[in-house]
Amino acid sequence: MDGLIGASAEALRLLFTGDREIWEIVAISFSVSFRAILYIVPLAILSAFALAYGNFPGRRALITVVNSLVALPAVVVGLLLYMFLSSSGPFGGWRLLFTQGAMIIGQMILAFPLLVAMIHVSLQGVDLSAWQTARTLGANIFRAMFTIMREVRFGLIAAIVAGFGRVVSEVGCSIMVGGNILHHTRNIPTAIALETSKGEFEQGIALGAVLITLALALNFAVATVRGRDMARH
Amino acid sequence: MVSAGYTSDGILRLATTTSTENSGLLAKLVPQFSDTRGIPVHVIAVGTGRALNHARNGDVDVVLVHAKNAELDLVNNGYGVERYEVMYNEFVIAGPETDPAEISGLTNLGTAFEKIAISGALFVSRGDDSGTHKKERQIWGEVGIEPNGDWYKEVGLGMGRSLQIADELRAYILTDKGTWLALKRKLSLPVHVQGASDGRNDYGIIAVNPEKHSHVNIEAAEKFIDWIRSDEAKAVISEHKVEGEQLFYVIE
Repeated sequence: MDGLIGASAEALRLLFTGDREIWEIVAISFSVSFRAILYIVPLAILSAFALAYGNFPGRRALITVVNSLVALPAVVVGLLLYMFLSSSGPFGGWRLLFTQGAMIIGQMILAFPLLVAMIHVSLQGVDLSAWQTARTLGANIFRAMFTIMREVRFGLIAAIVAGFGRVVSEVGCSIMVGGNILHHTRNIPTAIALETSKGEFEQGIALGAVLITLALALNFAVATVRGRDMARH
Repeated sequence: MVSAGYTSDGILRLATTTSTENSGLLAKLVPQFSDTRGIPVHVIAVGTGRALNHARNGDVDVVLVHAKNAELDLVNNGYGVERYEVMYNEFVIAGPETDPAEISGLTNLGTAFEKIAISGALFVSRGDDSGTHKKERQIWGEVGIEPNGDWYKEVGLGMGRSLQIADELRAYILTDKGTWLALKRKLSLPVHVQGASDGRNDYGIIAVNPEKHSHVNIEAAEKFIDWIRSDEAKAVISEHKVEGEQLFYVIE
């Protein structure tokens, strides 16, 4: 117990004395995961719309596949991506392995099924006639999409927050394709894995605290906005 | 620095073992090289098995590892240019203070392994194809024991985590001296066998062959190899201490 209290106290000291290495790691984590979500959200929204309102064979099967892929282990994505990006792999020429670019691609793949599944569920809650009305009133497909997106904005935000939470905390893929390189690809989860292996529990706890604080702040923000919206209706 | 990472121009990628990284040696060596030669170095610290795999796939430019036979294979198969000796330290056996297998003071790792197996005391194995794991398999092979059973725990983790598990389980473990020293104060797992005749742990450095992987930054790799074998680097290696003890010895 002494060890735990001591480590937590030291963790707080590291954070508030502005230990440069820790904050750099935090910045890399955010920058990588933020970009991953930013790049993949448009495609996820389009896919969710296609699954919700599209009319094509295999749509139901595809929904099942997407829902199953939510459970895809990060380390499997990391392994497959490593094989693709390795110099001996098909996309080795891109020279992306062990860069932030590789981490971003990995996190985009990881976030995609979760985003699509959650947005799809939100869309199912919308009366299909809203979509049909918008279309018959002559709205083009993108206008209609925007109308619906306004309707489900909180579901959309919840999906984005959940997607960000999934990728900012994953270690398996980042460590595999990023390589945990100091100042470049060392993010919060890979740093925690490293510090734990060195027995440096203080650093691990400090980084874990940043991650949890962030998750709490995000979820509180979403809950507040949602609560306000519920009260209005 | 956050925005860096999309290009690999001019960067030297070094795959190495967790023992050189975790002991703090690379944190001293690499900046000196980068500052004087103007070549940024990206260190990827993994087990020796994976480091050699990265070399074979052409994902790194140079490897600094400790598994001589596997290193020579890399060169013989054409994936590595040439193996240069850099330094050595030693493998030791750490274990519970009570020393149930009574190995304390032995001067041979093989003999100690036999006594541990017979005593039925717990033994933690890295189980990850790292240099230390390869060495452990080699010793079991030499004494003709195929370790299995409840007493033999393959954890599949790095050296630091494995030491922590051995500590919790009160088990014996084969470890490089450096990682043990770095963690010593956090464990109650004293070294029982050291200075063993079969405990030498050699580190070699190999540039990845540009004939197999044309994109390899061979110029930087060769500069790094020259530098790590220079008097300047040798002094850094010899003077590097953890808990007051010298960790690595230069090979002349």
